[in-house]
Amino acid sequence: MLKQVEGSQAVAEAVALCRPEVICAYPISPQTHIVEALGRMVTAGQLAPCEFINVESEFAAMSVAIGASAAGARAYTATASQGLLYMAEAVFNAAGLGLPIVMTIANRAIGAPINIWNDHTDALSQRDCGWIQLFAEDNQEAVDLHIQAFRLGEELSLPVMVCMDGYILTHAFERLELPRQEQVDAYLPRFEPRQVLDPAEPLSIGAMVGPEAFMEVRYLAHAKQQQALELIPAWAEEFHRAFGRETGGLLHLYRADDAETIVVALGSVLGTVKDTVDELRETGLRIGVLGLTCFRPWPHLAVRAALADVRRVVVIEKSLAVGLGGIVSANVRGSYTGHPDHVHAVIAGLGGRPITKRALHGVLRKAAEGELEPLTFLDLNRQAVERVLTREREVRRSGPIAESVLRDLGVSALKIG
Amino acid sequence: MTDQPIKFYQTGTFTVGNRLLSPEQRSVQSNMRRTNSLNSGHRACQGCGEALGARYAIDAAMEATERRLIAANATGCLEVFSTPYPETSWQIPWIHSLFGNAAAVGTGIAAALRVRGQTDVRVIAQGGDGGTTDIGFACLSGMFERNDDVLYICYDNGGYMNTGVQRSSATPPAARTSTTMPVGKGTGSAFGMGKFVPAIAMAHEIPYVATATVADLRGLEAKIRRAMEFRGARYVHILVPCPLGWGHASEQTIRIARLARETGLFPEFEAESGNVTGVTRIRRQLPVEEYLRPQHRFAHLFRDPPRADLIAQIQALADRNICRYGLLARQEAER
Amino acid sequence: MKRKPFAITLDPGSSLANHTGTWRTLRPEYVDNLPPCNDACPAGENIQGWLYLAESGEYEAAWRRLTDDNPLPAVMGRVCYHPCETACNRAKLDSAVGINSVERFLGDEALRLGWKFRAPVESSGKNVLVVGAGPSGLSAAYHLARLGHRVTIREAGPLAGGMMRFGIPKYRMPRNILDAEIARILALGITLLTNARVDNKLEAMRDGSFDAAFLAVGAHVARRAYIPAGSAARVLDAVSVLKGMEGEEPAKLGRRVIVYGGGNTAVDVARTAKRLGATEAIIVYRRTREKMPAHDSEVEEALQEGILIKWLSTIRKANDRSITIEKMTLDEKGQAQPTGEVEELAADSLVLALGQDVDLSLLEGVPGLEVVDGVVKVGADMMTGHAGIFAGGDMVPAERTVTVAVGHGKQAARHIDAWLRGRRHVPASRHELATFERLNTWYYSDAPKSVAPVLDMLRRQSTFEEVVGGLDESTARYEARRCLSCGNCFECDNCYGVCPDNAIVKLGPGQRYQINLDYCKGCGLCEAECPCGAIRMVPEEI
Repeated sequence: MLKQVEGSQAVAEAVALCRPEVICAYPISPQTHIVEALGRMVTAGQLAPCEFINVESEFAAMSVAIGASAAGARAYTATASQGLLYMAEAVFNAAGLGLPIVMTIANRAIGAPINIWNDHTDALSQRDCGWIQLFAEDNQEAVDLHIQAFRLGEELSLPVMVCMDGYILTHAFERLELPRQEQVDAYLPRFEPRQVLDPAEPLSIGAMVGPEAFMEVRYLAHAKQQQALELIPAWAEEFHRAFGRETGGLLHLYRADDAETIVVALGSVLGTVKDTVDELRETGLRIGVLGLTCFRPWPHLAVRAALADVRRVVVIEKSLAVGLGGIVSANVRGSYTGHPDHVHAVIAGLGGRPITKRALHGVLRKAAEGELEPLTFLDLNRQAVERVLTREREVRRSGPIAESVLRDLGVSALKIG
Repeated sequence: MTDQPIKFYQTGTFTVGNRLLSPEQRSVQSNMRRTNSLNSGHRACQGCGEALGARYAIDAAMEATERRLIAANATGCLEVFSTPYPETSWQIPWIHSLFGNAAAVGTGIAAALRVRGQTDVRVIAQGGDGGTTDIGFACLSGMFERNDDVLYICYDNGGYMNTGVQRSSATPPAARTSTTMPVGKGTGSAFGMGKFVPAIAMAHEIPYVATATVADLRGLEAKIRRAMEFRGARYVHILVPCPLGWGHASEQTIRIARLARETGLFPEFEAESGNVTGVTRIRRQLPVEEYLRPQHRFAHLFRDPPRADLIAQIQALADRNICRYGLLARQEAER
Repeated sequence: MKRKPFAITLDPGSSLANHTGTWRTLRPEYVDNLPPCNDACPAGENIQGWLYLAESGEYEAAWRRLTDDNPLPAVMGRVCYHPCETACNRAKLDSAVGINSVERFLGDEALRLGWKFRAPVESSGKNVLVVGAGPSGLSAAYHLARLGHRVTIREAGPLAGGMMRFGIPKYRMPRNILDAEIARILALGITLLTNARVDNKLEAMRDGSFDAAFLAVGAHVARRAYIPAGSAARVLDAVSVLKGMEGEEPAKLGRRVIVYGGGNTAVDVARTAKRLGATEAIIVYRRTREKMPAHDSEVEEALQEGILIKWLSTIRKANDRSITIEKMTLDEKGQAQPTGEVEELAADSLVLALGQDVDLSLLEGVPGLEVVDGVVKVGADMMTGHAGIFAGGDMVPAERTVTVAVGHGKQAARHIDAWLRGRRHVPASRHELATFERLNTWYYSDAPKSVAPVLDMLRRQSTFEEVVGGLDESTARYEARRCLSCGNCFECDNCYGVCPDNAIVKLGPGQRYQINLDYCKGCGLCEAECPCGAIRMVPEEI
């Protein structure tokens, strides 16, 4: 059914169609509309039987989900940024125990300094925890990925993170196709847990595993994610057949057949990237796009194949590994068979900084001309950072960096030092 | 008081069982068919109070719930000594997640059971004092305020024993722990700090709160049974001596727990919705020295010269408990 | 069903593979220690054993266990001085268990319900002569009969009972009770010949073709002291006074009676005198109350009844209507020394209760017998110097009580039985004593001792009705349940409950427990929390 609806609301309805049994929620921008919508549905009795629990922190949210899932209920929660970090211990725990919890991450930057706007640092900070990480390009994909996520997670007994850009997607109104309940029921069967807490068949979940078996356990976790690499495309294919849309999968290519340059990106920025690539194609540039949907497990073979005959790769990423450079680009570089220097990291949009077509044109042209540095920060205010760096070299106690920048930009009147 | 009124002139009232009592009047532990929820082969130290308390509590809970019970356990001694791969001592459905989230995991399990209409299956979340009063406190309070249908059991041995006897907010004043050593000017854990979580639980006005020790088996079983008669958030706090951490001989565990009550240092009571409804009176009051002396963690109080000032402060705490909870029978109190 | 995750999830019961028994350096063992009551009982009763049965209301079983050792419980419950209660560990807790009252209850119950002794199936074909139908003789006869021997008792007096009848007054030992218990013993097929004094032992043996003999003639000869007496002074001895109570005419003692002596006999005579109408009954004793050999409970009852006691006094002279007494003091060695001060006491009669001697005439001509200090010497096997002739009771060196006498009878019977079969009876070695220190008394409820009902004072002073009454059934059971079961498991389940490793196996009612050595870590909680000290930790051998 077609609806003009806010992204968050649509995701809530998608989750609701999956017949969740326990929803636990702690508010954090920009996820709030999702859980508020679900809360209303539960209270109105639309999701019965379903429990909606107002927990006291994100750590509690994931813990409640762990308990519910271990007891055999389909569990769901949502968070972002600081909340994801607060529940980090439980996030690793859920993956380690193999509980198929689905969680929406409304991607947001991580402080300090506090910033409520979109980038991918939060989800990517948890990239090694063992969860499957899927990134939605638009709200339709966000809706569809949630449905696929429940199926995927329960089949593998692994938790799944569905990432969607905070505000940009969550708070955007679009026309979306929302499936019918029967369609979802046909695609997503009742939850049959691999292990469950049941008085009729007692077991102990969560033993302490020592050196003699821990390596094996971790190997098996890795092996399971490898297994997911097969299943994700398979279920996306099944979804296509059932719902008539091609969403999900490991990655998708756009105008990449004869491309010399491939732009790699995750999430909503792909829209802007594709528009820019269309315009660049007009000018004769052989340029294409690789949109990553699945970040974990890392689709190594698929990425390698896609980039096999490409001369240069430009990774536009909304994430930064402080002290290293790009995160996505480092992963991409590992799958690129050409020279590593031909993979360029472009750090863009941190903390919600808009990524403009103009800026993309600039950086992609430079790439095409072979003049792009290995690591670039898109649209950086060079003067501001130069001033701060100079001052820091001269003055020992130069105050907090953020304050300095803001002052230089004239935003803050505070005088320090 | 929910304790069974056995008018019995011999050992019936205080021993585990008694051949002269009818089977219904005996404790769960005396039954040959008790669940042994925490079975042999676990790696607890000799004489571990927590191992004993856990079996007491869970067996009683299994009896009260007709063996329809699920438990969530925090990280700690109990979890570590009971489930080292490849061996588990638990005979019940059991899950260990993290150190600070036992209460939240319990909430989740209870929610799942409710959704599936399996409300005859009851949930216990349990942990040591570290996992309850410190790192698990937020989740505990959240579970309380939501009145989730979980019975939380805290096994209080006054410290982070599993990691090497460090101080927790349940460590009593003047106790030596690895992080409160009586060296230099130090006199052990400081006075004026610490939390008494049962009182905090009462402040949440949850349906049922109780304190117990491993020395009073019947009282403990009665309290677990009573707790299972309620729906909603419940809290039972059990004092379990730790021979290693407290520095006493392994066979003294029950005696030390008994002394904790008999000196007034550990009040045994029940409360419903924030009001005390019953108290286990001290049978024969003893001065706190009787409790302190056998434990090496208080040895620094008894050097030459002894720290009479600190002992007096501890006695004052005991006296305050006696007054606050009415731990002595009227005539004795007036004396 | 899907397979569970490797290592993270475990099946229940897998910890049983870990045999933590390898940790221990000490190992618990169940012991059966000797309870102090059993240890102290001169009759060798298994007191803890029959209390155990009484606790659950199995009175007949309790009575049978009791009478395995002692055939006279109703008598014991009235006249025994209960050294068991003196030794009872409960006395250190609140007060001793009223063992004596429970024994009396069981004895009375047996009489009320007519329980009988079970006679042996097989006869040994041997004949044994018992001389004297006092407690020792009756006890020996009983045990010998149960062992299958044919027993004949020859009693010099008109009735059986010995001192139980002729020495202890009715108000302490009602005669119908005594008669009933004696009759029940004789019902085992024992032949009793009264008025059948044995003058010559060996002859008696030959005449009756007896294979062995047990002598228990007691000590009935009143000891005399030289006291100058006037011609009209009325001086009697306690033995004949008390004996006379059984006949038609009790002795006429008059209004003011003086009794000389400090033993139970003296007290009995004084109390008897009161009941016969004396306005004044005064006991004159040369030392103090602490030194008085009479049992303290008797002295107490006597004082309650108005008997007066003149301490630290000896009698110098018996006059017609008075006696002259001299005051004494105790020297540093506790011996009484005369002071020279004299006093006159009005007196209608003076009764001497200065002890009793054995009539040894029947022993004349029996070779091998050794008499030392007026009593017959016997070996550890109760046999005299003459083979086949055994002796016990007041006539051998021992404390002189009914209970000791009964104990002798049992011991002698066992030895006689062995001797008749050509064997030696070696008494079982005694287990370690169950001391108070090994108890964990916390587990015993607070339970004060029951008080037996006592006759009111007026009736005590004027009639021979029994002074001390018996306990009713619920009180007797309560009293029995005060027993701490020192040193022997009574299945309280404490060990089964307090083991943190679930390493004690409960075998079922009546079968106690077993340590599961695969898992026992040797922590010692079972020993510490066993109320009765029935567990001991011993070092593990590696």
